[in-house]
Amino acid sequence: MSDVRVAGVGLTAFGSMPERTSRDLFAEASIEAFEDCAVPRSDVEALLYGNFMGELSEHQGHYGPLMAEAAGVQAPATRYESACASSGAAVRDAVKQIRNGEADVLLVGGAERMTNLGTAAATEALAIAADDLWEVRAGMTFPGAYALMAQAYFDEYGGEHEDLAHIAVKNHEHALDSETAQYRRAIELDDVLDAPQVSSPLGLYDSCPISDGAAAVILTSDSYAEEHDLDAPVAITGTGQGGDRMALHDREHLAQSPAARRAGEEAYAQAGISADEIDLAEVHDCFTIAEVLAIESLGIEQIGEGMSAARDGRTTADGETPVNLSGGLKAKGHPVGATGASQIAEISELLAGDHHNSEHVPDATVGVAHNAGGTVASVTVHVLEVVA
Amino acid sequence: MSENNVVDAGFDDWIDAAEQGEAYYLACPEGHSSLPPRRVCPECGSTDLEKVPLPETGTIETFTITHVPTPAFEEDAPYATAIAAFGPLRLTGQIVDIDLEAIENGLDVAIEISVSETTGERVLAFSPA
Repeated sequence: MSDVRVAGVGLTAFGSMPERTSRDLFAEASIEAFEDCAVPRSDVEALLYGNFMGELSEHQGHYGPLMAEAAGVQAPATRYESACASSGAAVRDAVKQIRNGEADVLLVGGAERMTNLGTAAATEALAIAADDLWEVRAGMTFPGAYALMAQAYFDEYGGEHEDLAHIAVKNHEHALDSETAQYRRAIELDDVLDAPQVSSPLGLYDSCPISDGAAAVILTSDSYAEEHDLDAPVAITGTGQGGDRMALHDREHLAQSPAARRAGEEAYAQAGISADEIDLAEVHDCFTIAEVLAIESLGIEQIGEGMSAARDGRTTADGETPVNLSGGLKAKGHPVGATGASQIAEISELLAGDHHNSEHVPDATVGVAHNAGGTVASVTVHVLEVVA
Repeated sequence: MSENNVVDAGFDDWIDAAEQGEAYYLACPEGHSSLPPRRVCPECGSTDLEKVPLPETGTIETFTITHVPTPAFEEDAPYATAIAAFGPLRLTGQIVDIDLEAIENGLDVAIEISVSETTGERVLAFSPA
């Protein structure tokens, strides 16, 4: 069993770039990843690539070979799709292959092109992550689904919109010095509370944006990293995945995400850590309520207590367990297929001391990435640690 | 419904039945409930599924008022989307025939097959019972 070292990472800026093709976005991210380390393209044994809705935005499927070519890598390549957890799923498979000695060097990443569709069609496209027959045809939207989860949470555990607003404010704050985040401006509580309603209680500022962008990560085995004297202090030490019923109405509990809990437990067991040892996390805040459910599932907060974490400063940059120092999906952006891999990139930089927010977490050695698909019908969790 | 008017077997059949007041769910011998098209119980893997009539009324468990719809519901917004429990089965549907401000959790509802003002497609809805 080998540790899985993060040898290089690359991110494009995330934002509205409707004219850029996803192959161009991924090419850019891959160049940055290769320039970030001394791994030659010819050593890459495979590409594992995440993308959600390229058929709709680019009339393109079969992204594996297309993106390997875009990255200048001549190796077998496969596209992974698990809604918003697409590249998390790709990362997971890559981690397993290296841990199990099946590969030494893998290129992993993802991209999404969405803004070219325009907001209405992009919103419609995103809805394919839900059950088309039993949810979408009844008029449920993605914000609507998370709104139902928020209402259920308030009813069960208490809390109000203002608590959620603190999460959006926090995540914008975290992205102020980012070079790649979609939004690099502060917002106030009132901006969130006064924003147009999307689906009650969630408003425009509770929602992550529609984004274009790409992420690439080069993973290697311990032996490869040592033989080539790579500067790769961070490793992915645990991987977990959870699944749940597809439709929100079939979940056991609308205000909990047991799939994420199971994924976290699996990843922590592999890494040999407990939730208390987590120094920082990047979680899937597609909507503000999603961050609450995520930190509770991950054991960073107790069930029913996560709603106050941002408001009371437990998950802010100088809090006990900073969450979403990248800005999260809310401020960093959410090019769907890129998100899972981008979390790995952000955490690697945070732990290596190379991130614009590293100053807030100088002693951090354990980070967790949580990447959820749909209303958490699928989810991956990865543990990253400083090992060298 | 796809552009060449091909129905979705199982699903459209269920909507047809609901229009006739004969909505049902699929039950396995363990008592789990699920919706068609279905060959295997999602809870226990049983392939021995039978149709059971849906209780005539259900209860709204949670709801949201959607202001920003997908294009397919452009003309219908704002509307209420809810999860309602009918016996052991939960469904997602639009709440109709009631002012949005009057909706509360616990509202008793019956299944109604409504129509989207935008597309004319059938929509699973809940009407106050």
